[in-house]
Amino acid sequence: MITVRQVREVKLSAWQNTYYPELWRGMFITSKHFFQNFGRFIGRAVGLKVKRPLVTFQYPEERRPIAPRWRGRHRLMLRPDGAPRCVACMMCETACPDKCIYITAGEALDGRIEKYPVAFEIDLLRCCFCGLCVEACPEDAIRMDSGYIDLGGYSRAEFYLDRDYLLKDSALTTHSQFRGELDGVVVTRVDLLAQAKHH
Amino acid sequence: MLVDLGIIIGKIAFVLVNILNGAGILTWVERKQSALISDRIGANRASILGIRLLGLVNSLADAVKLIFKEDFVPPRGLRVVHFLAPIFAMGPVFLTMAVIPFGPPVEMFGREFKLQILDIDIGILYILAFGSIAVYGAMLAGWASNSKYALLGGMRASAQMISYEIILGLSLIGPILAFGTMEPGAMVNAQNQYLWGWIPTWGLVVQPVAFLLFLPAAMAETKRAPFDMPEGESEIIGFATEYSGMRWGMFFLGEFAEIVVLAGVMTAVFFGGYHVPFLFDAVEKAGQAGFHFPWGMYIPLGEWTVVILRMLAFGAKLAILMWLQMQIRWTFPRFRYDQLMRVSWKEMMPIALVNIAVTGLVILWLNK
Ligand code: SF4
Ligand code: SF4
Repeated sequence: MITVRQVREVKLSAWQNTYYPELWRGMFITSKHFFQNFGRFIGRAVGLKVKRPLVTFQYPEERRPIAPRWRGRHRLMLRPDGAPRCVACMMCETACPDKCIYITAGEALDGRIEKYPVAFEIDLLRCCFCGLCVEACPEDAIRMDSGYIDLGGYSRAEFYLDRDYLLKDSALTTHSQFRGELDGVVVTRVDLLAQAKHH
Repeated sequence: MLVDLGIIIGKIAFVLVNILNGAGILTWVERKQSALISDRIGANRASILGIRLLGLVNSLADAVKLIFKEDFVPPRGLRVVHFLAPIFAMGPVFLTMAVIPFGPPVEMFGREFKLQILDIDIGILYILAFGSIAVYGAMLAGWASNSKYALLGGMRASAQMISYEIILGLSLIGPILAFGTMEPGAMVNAQNQYLWGWIPTWGLVVQPVAFLLFLPAAMAETKRAPFDMPEGESEIIGFATEYSGMRWGMFFLGEFAEIVVLAGVMTAVFFGGYHVPFLFDAVEKAGQAGFHFPWGMYIPLGEWTVVILRMLAFGAKLAILMWLQMQIRWTFPRFRYDQLMRVSWKEMMPIALVNIAVTGLVILWLNK
C-alpha cells in the first residue's frame, strides 16, 4: 500500500522573506564559530587551558572508536590443528551478491573432510561488505573482523585477497603490515596437503 | 631617470609579489577558515621534515602536485585556445591592481612618489575594462575544450559575468559622482574628509547602497560560491572541466588573485584606502603629522610613521575584506541559475539605477 507522507511547507515570515536579516544571521553564526575556534586555537597555542575547540579526529594518531558491531574485512578460521575450517562447499560464493568470492575446491586427503579450498579469493574492490557470506557459511569458517582494519592499498592487487592472506589473523593489524608479513612464507597444513596432492 | 625606472619596477614587483603571495596564502586561508567555521581543524597533514606550519605546507604540496600532474588537452580541442584561456583568466587580474594606491605619496630623493603603479584619470574604467577581460578566460576555456559541459559552463560563466559586470559598473557610478573623480588615488584622498567634523567620508558612509551592490557583484565576478555556477565544483561541470594540472591551477590562482584585487578596489573606493580616521600627515595638517581627534586631542607622530601606519592600514583593510569574501563563500548556499540572473537584472539593477539617481539629486541639491 502506498502511504502518503504529508510534508508541511515551512512558511517564511515576511521578515524572513526579505532574506537580508537571515543572511546576516547566517554570517553571524559562522563568524561566531570562526572567532570562537580561532580564539581557542590561539589560546592553546600559547598554552592556556581552553576547551578543545574542534571535534576532528587527527586520524592516523587518533582513531575514532568503532561500534562493536562493526564488521570489516573477511577472515578464514582455522581448526585447532591449523587446517582451515572451510570445506569448500561454495555456499558463500553462491550467496555473495557481488560474486566476488572465487573458490577452487580440492579433494582433501586426510579423510576427515571431503574438500578443502585450494584457492579462496575475495575481490575486496567488488565486495559490498554485506556479510551474506558469513551468514551462509555452514562451518563458521568465514568471519568478518571487527576492530580497526586498515583497508588502504596502493594497487588493485592488494585488494585481491588470497587464501593465505585470509587465514592470517587480521585483528589489530593493518593491511600493509599484512602484506609485509606475507612476504615471509606461511605454511599451513593445507599447503602440505596441496603439495601431497600434486605429487 | 634611472631612479624613476627603478622605483616603478620596485612598485610593480612589490604589488605582484604581494598579490601572488596573497593568492597562495588564500588557498590556505580558505581551507583553514572553512575548517574553523565548521569546527574542524583543516588541512595540516603535509609536512617538510616534520614541520607542518599549521598546514601552510599543504599549499606547497598542492603546487607541486599541480605542476607535475598530467596536462591533458582534450582530443580535437582547440589546442592554442585551450592554452590561452587560463592566461586570459589570470593575466588581466594582475593588471587591475596597478591603479590601486597602496600607500600615501612618499618623499624620496627630493621628489614625491605615489605608492601606486599607474596614476591615470580613468582608473575605475581601467579596473572595469580589465575585470571584464577575465570573462574571455572562462568562455574560451569552455569553447576550446570540445566538451558540451565545458561549453555550457563557459556560457553560464559569460552570461553571469556580463550580467554582474553591469551591476559592477553601475554601482561604481555612485562613488564616482560622490567623490567627483574616477582616479582611485583621488578617490582615496576624497575620503579623508569628515562629515560634521567626525564621520570620515568613506565610500561606505556616503554610498552604503553602492557597497551593498558592489560586494555581491564583485563576488559574482570572481565566480566563487555563492556564485560558482560557472565552475560548478560541486557538480563537476563547468568551464574548467577539461583542464588539469597547472592550467587548472591558473584559473583558481587567478580567482584567488581576484579576491585580493577586489579587496583592494573595495578598500580604495569604499573603505578610505590607506587612510586611518583622524590620522593626518604633515601636508594635510600644516606640518603637524599625527592623530588629530575631533575632541581636540593631538598625538604627534613622525612623517614616516604616518606612512607606515597608513600602509599597514591598507593591508589590514585588505585582509578584513578578503576574510569577508571567504566568510560569505562559506556561509551562503549557492543560487540557482535563474535566481542568479533574476537577482542581477530584476533586483540589483533597479536598485543601482535608483542609487545613481538619488546620488545625482543629492549632489545637485548640495551644490545648489
Ligand atoms: S560481504 Fe557480501 S559482497 Fe562481500 S564477499 Fe561476503 S557476500 Fe560477497
Ligand atoms: S567459507 Fe564456509 S560457505 Fe564458504 S566455501 Fe568455505 S565452508 Fe563453504
